[in-house]
Amino acid sequence: MNETGANETSKYLLEARNITKVFGELRANDDVTLSLKPGEIHALLGENGAGKSTLVKIIYGSLRATSGHLFWRGRAVTVPNPAAARELGIGMVFQHFSLFDALTVTQNISLALPSDVDIGALSGRIETVSNDYGLPLRPDALVADLSVGERQRIEIVRCLLQEPRLLIMDEPTAVLTPQEADQLFVTLARLASEGCGVLYISHRLEEVRRICHDATILRHGKLAARVDPQQETAASLATLMVGTEVAAVRTDKGTAPGAPLLELSSLSLATDDQFGVSLKNINLAVRAGEIVAVAGVAGNGQGEFFDALSGELTSSNNATVKIAGVGCGREGITQRRRRDAAFVPEERLGHGAVPNFPLSENVVLTHHSVEATRLETGDGMAGSAVVRNGMIDRDAARYVNRVVTELFDVRKGTPDPEAQSLSGGNLQKFVVGREMALQPRVLVVNQPTWGVDAGAAALIRQALIDLARGGSAVLVISQDLDEIFEVADRIAVISRGEMSQAYPSEELSLERIGLLMAGAHEAVARNAGEAGAA
Amino acid sequence: MILVLEKRSRRSQAMVWLSPVLALGITVVIGGFIFASLGLDPFKALYIYFIDPMTSLWSIEELIVKAAPLVMIGVGLAICYTANVWNIGAEGQLTMGALFGSAIPIYFTDWQSPLVLVLMLVLGAIGGALFAAIPALLKNRFGANEILTSLMLVYVAQLILDWVIRGPWKDPKGFNFPQSVSFEGWQLLPLLGEGRVHLGAVLALIAAVLLWVMMGRSLRGFEIRVIGNSPRAGAFSGFAQKKVVLFCFMLSGALAGLAGICEVAGPSGQLQPVISPGYGFTAIIVAFLGRLNPIGVIFAGILLAISYLGGEAAQVELGISDKMAQVFQGMLLFLILACETLIHYRIKLAPGRGAVKEA
Repeated sequence: MNETGANETSKYLLEARNITKVFGELRANDDVTLSLKPGEIHALLGENGAGKSTLVKIIYGSLRATSGHLFWRGRAVTVPNPAAARELGIGMVFQHFSLFDALTVTQNISLALPSDVDIGALSGRIETVSNDYGLPLRPDALVADLSVGERQRIEIVRCLLQEPRLLIMDEPTAVLTPQEADQLFVTLARLASEGCGVLYISHRLEEVRRICHDATILRHGKLAARVDPQQETAASLATLMVGTEVAAVRTDKGTAPGAPLLELSSLSLATDDQFGVSLKNINLAVRAGEIVAVAGVAGNGQGEFFDALSGELTSSNNATVKIAGVGCGREGITQRRRRDAAFVPEERLGHGAVPNFPLSENVVLTHHSVEATRLETGDGMAGSAVVRNGMIDRDAARYVNRVVTELFDVRKGTPDPEAQSLSGGNLQKFVVGREMALQPRVLVVNQPTWGVDAGAAALIRQALIDLARGGSAVLVISQDLDEIFEVADRIAVISRGEMSQAYPSEELSLERIGLLMAGAHEAVARNAGEAGAA
Repeated sequence: MILVLEKRSRRSQAMVWLSPVLALGITVVIGGFIFASLGLDPFKALYIYFIDPMTSLWSIEELIVKAAPLVMIGVGLAICYTANVWNIGAEGQLTMGALFGSAIPIYFTDWQSPLVLVLMLVLGAIGGALFAAIPALLKNRFGANEILTSLMLVYVAQLILDWVIRGPWKDPKGFNFPQSVSFEGWQLLPLLGEGRVHLGAVLALIAAVLLWVMMGRSLRGFEIRVIGNSPRAGAFSGFAQKKVVLFCFMLSGALAGLAGICEVAGPSGQLQPVISPGYGFTAIIVAFLGRLNPIGVIFAGILLAISYLGGEAAQVELGISDKMAQVFQGMLLFLILACETLIHYRIKLAPGRGAVKEA
């Protein structure tokens, strides 16, 4: 980086000084300062709503600061739009990808580049760059055929082609398997060693401790601390983020489990989706008072498994799924809810909640078929049914919303905001709380704390444990092994639509789980290799 | 400087109601320019078009006669579009309703009883609903695009009408004109007052209020809104998308069919080769102008009825084609859809795509 020498008046690549951003009455950023050196992986930490996204958007030119200044390699700059940011050498990989499924990798990348780029030459460059950085990509592959991890690689390669000096990554590992995440860390280390700065936004404190050199922590829009993450523990980082100590989840392995409340026997389900996974002969029982977790790498049939349990996909044989001893494989989700089962899907927006409906209407989404709301209110008040004689009782729905948001500490600006206006963690607390309010005897949760901050995750996990200790059967589907070991009494592993038996969690080591997942994993890799050769 | 659309952090509640008004305003302004380019005084032309129809009792009655079918069809379509179900074939369902309902007076010419009228209305609704079920079933079973199938079925219905009116249902004493026997007594809708306003206007109002309650309060209305917004969340909620598609099509078809038989048993008094001046298509605009809200549709229906009357008035007084009404309606639909952008976005002046500026 010789050409930078003349202008270099600062050792910092990027400095954001005294940034303040006001939205109406909310101070999303309040006098925040962040500085980052070349070759440094810098963590930006904070709970949901702490102002991380706002700060990053200001740096990337999507938002303009109300006051404060940006300095790029020592010079004051204004960044009016993302194109200007890219011109400076700032690249960003968003949490939500902007890719066209029906186009190839090369076509997708060319869309982000000037229109005079030669597609043929571009393919070559993509191949070189992606292999150089350990992010192998086939330039002619269709995006629709790629895994989430591979899609992320496209976004990263797209940035790398523009030879950025600063790469911003918004929660990159939230969508990755542990193996894919490890691969990403190698790439980031390589980039840093070449002098590229990385601004790394994450909730996962262990990985921040592992790969980051420096950390800026935000809390409620203000700068809470600037620390060296390698000198901290995950617990001390969490405390800095949340402001108080995060309560460790109580995991008293309570009384002996009771009768099985959720039983799956020889559950098979063929998929008609070409990207789907068929379920093969799954047997599992979850007993009253226990939490069984299903571990597995993303895309091994978890979605189909959840749908088969919830009744969004039905089975032809009634006996394959039993709730409280009664076969209900052919029943839909409404009938299964009437059997005191409740479900929390992986996608919060668009599956677990309607994005542009207020929370009270999202209560109706899963409470409409339940006779009288079995509300846990704490004050002993029973809720009344949300729907009577086909008509919705809005007051009853609002009451449920109030109770749920209070008990689960859902933070929101107005009493009844649209679901999409909530941050991920707060919406997840609402969605989980909504089902908890029904006091279900069987609860099935898919990825309970996906993309959720530490405080919310602890609260949700505690709620799951408390529900089980109260005598319900809880099935947790998760890719997060830390979470699984924190809450589960027994653990099963799903891979390529097949499920292992459930082992008591104290009998299973990380390695053993890894082996159970890896059998299928290697086969997948082999298949991919064959496909590539052919 | 360039104009940019900036996404609002939340939907603008003001714009939800202002955007149709804005669309209407722009339509009038552009209409003024069109009149001027035709060599007419734009203010006089606009007056004749939009104000004159509301200045006499006669024309206000005529307004209600024209607004009734627009509202009746428009509320049904509003429900469809809320569910993301695109019924474009209300004109065909209207025709089929008119055919079904007319069977009674044509086959039982001398039967006189209040039951006749009730039967005619019920049959009209059934005819429209059954005809609308065709595109719904094709969509549910084969994934056929309902926009195409429902639109094409309009022409099928009109050709069937044309055939029966020139063939089996032709009035034997009608001097070979393509029309049915004239309906009489209980075969006609009772009039309200002295003029031409008939029971259909009341039925349209009742339909609008009932559907407003259904959409706002009932679980069925909730189901329709959820499926329209987020089908996956709908499935999670236990709602079946296919059932909603069929329900919305049959409901809107029934209302269109009812409007059809009301036209035949009301203003025209007999079955003729042409039943409506495109009410089924204009009602699409009515539904959107009313922001898919049944109460909003009432006002939108009255507004669009003015454009029909204004078209006739302009033809008489200004000597311009009554196709001008369709020009206005087309412009209005485009502008409504365009202005809806402002609910989610604001227009902002921004500096041009310059490079990075030194501070």
